[in-house]
Amino acid sequence: MSNFDLPAAFEEYSEARQAGFLKVKEAKEGGRRVAGTFCAFTPVEILDAAGFLTVSLCGMSAETIPAAETELPRNLCPLIKSSYGFYLTDKCPYTYFADLIVGETTCDGKKKMYEMLGKSKELYVLHLPQGPDLPYAHEMWTAELRRFIEYLEDTYDVEITEEKLRAAIEKRNVMRSARCRLMELLRADTPPISGTELYTFLDGIGFNFDLDDAIAKINNLTSSLSTHKSEGVTVGGKRILITGCPIGGVFRKVVGAIERAGANVVCFENCSGIKPARCMPDQDAADPVAAIAHSYLNIGCSVMTPNPRRMETLPALVKEFRADGVVDIGLQACHTYLVEGHAIRQLCRDNSIPYMALETDYSTADAGQIDTRIAAFIETLGE
Amino acid sequence: MKYAVGIDIGSTYAKVVVIDEDKNICFTLAQPTGWSSVDTAENVRLQLEEAGFGQDYPCVATGYGRISVPYAKKTITEITCHARGACQLFGEENLTVIDIGGQDTKIIAVKDGTVQDFLMNDKCSAGTGRFLEIMAKTLELSLGELCDLARQGGGTAISSMCTVFAESEVISLIGRGEARENIAFAVVESVVQKVASQAGKLQDVGGQVCLTGGLCECGYVREALERTLGKSVITSRHGRFAGALGAALSALKL
Repeated sequence: MSNFDLPAAFEEYSEARQAGFLKVKEAKEGGRRVAGTFCAFTPVEILDAAGFLTVSLCGMSAETIPAAETELPRNLCPLIKSSYGFYLTDKCPYTYFADLIVGETTCDGKKKMYEMLGKSKELYVLHLPQGPDLPYAHEMWTAELRRFIEYLEDTYDVEITEEKLRAAIEKRNVMRSARCRLMELLRADTPPISGTELYTFLDGIGFNFDLDDAIAKINNLTSSLSTHKSEGVTVGGKRILITGCPIGGVFRKVVGAIERAGANVVCFENCSGIKPARCMPDQDAADPVAAIAHSYLNIGCSVMTPNPRRMETLPALVKEFRADGVVDIGLQACHTYLVEGHAIRQLCRDNSIPYMALETDYSTADAGQIDTRIAAFIETLGE
Repeated sequence: MKYAVGIDIGSTYAKVVVIDEDKNICFTLAQPTGWSSVDTAENVRLQLEEAGFGQDYPCVATGYGRISVPYAKKTITEITCHARGACQLFGEENLTVIDIGGQDTKIIAVKDGTVQDFLMNDKCSAGTGRFLEIMAKTLELSLGELCDLARQGGGTAISSMCTVFAESEVISLIGRGEARENIAFAVVESVVQKVASQAGKLQDVGGQVCLTGGLCECGYVREALERTLGKSVITSRHGRFAGALGAALSALKL
């Protein structure tokens, strides 16, 4: 058994966050390994089967951006800068505890940031094919996953058997279904919880490393909500679907503005919302690795070119959740989402769905303008 | 006689419009917002009182200082107000409203009298009135003089979008001995190009293009916009009051 020190910034965190960090410390001292991830494309089933705890290291705070800008260009996505800043300043205990960081070749900024992270952290980058419908995409991604499995087995002296992979797929699918059921409650005429409440809960559950406990907590919440009314929900408020970039770092600013304007967020299409939760590998498939590869390639992220999944899913989700309008959130300098925004605007126009795009970052500089824009957008949806 | 009040507290000026029940404008007021929109709102209330408008009028506030008007019965964003005001001013139901304000430039597509789509400049001040004000100051001109001078210039361009960098660019043009009218031309052109590219992102509603906000009083800005957009652009002498008028129209319905 080994002992681990806590990073110096530990005391700066709230008690709830500290409790999460202490759990990871405890798990590490019990011999568990920790993998830090940055993306919905990370095949967590493989890390589960290898016995790793997985934790998202996506930076959501502006606090570490000045440190990151000593090495990174200023005109870069705030998520990448924030994440790298946490690594540079050793402020994030999860980054600090990570034995391995797993990245994928998604957007250009992240790819190059991974190279820098890899200088002093064990790093593994999976090469994600970006044409999901190319004839060899599935084969290539499956091969990449097998290469990753070999790397984990060789480096960490673990055995990743088919049985372990199947068990991991099954458990993660139970988790994904539980998340979906909870999110689907917001299809109701009056959603039982607000977008803020839903997002905050789902964000927190991601830092619960006991998957069975996390699943139970999600299910408990779902069943307790059948008769629940939330003060955060405006009865009769306009229904908004959020799409675009990961929103962890701008969620308070944007979702808060929507709710203050008297509307309700009924669906998060983003990568922490329904998009990846509905991509479930077939647990009965003959080849579990191929099944994992297949499901992840269906995530409609803008790094794909073209990105037909997002174009198909978005109007369907608008119907399913009966959204009155779409708010497309682009993080500053996120080229793929910001450029794709034009196609999404067109798609919404063709389907007569009111649409608004916002480009923002982790600062509060534009909070006033965002309030106005969102309130104006909600006004255009009618009384 | 029933009347209604609309107050538009913008970043530079507070604009007030009083209308009667037939939607006729019977009083307008514009004063610098100053540092406190709460004080401005109080000052407006006193001036309304002085002009003979008592206490119990329906009032809607808009603009970035809209939450600072304690006697407003309702707040509505400037997007909706500008659209309503412009429809009334120009007697049209289908319009593309270009409002070049102090800190924001808004482009609003209005169809059948309601907002169809809109765009505002991002947090940077390129393409706003503030940009022109700062450049005018650097050239030691008033805003009106800058616009008049620009009409006589040409042949120079400013490429910086950032106000601070553009100011350095202007200073280096001055240093190079470039004629003042050419620099003024480049400054206005820079705003017009930025506004035109934003306007291009919006769906064309097929209606008339109109210019509102403080800058519609600079005739040359309207002309330059017409040239760049290839369409006629109309203004009104009450153009800077479009937002306040829209607020007053909404107040009339309260």
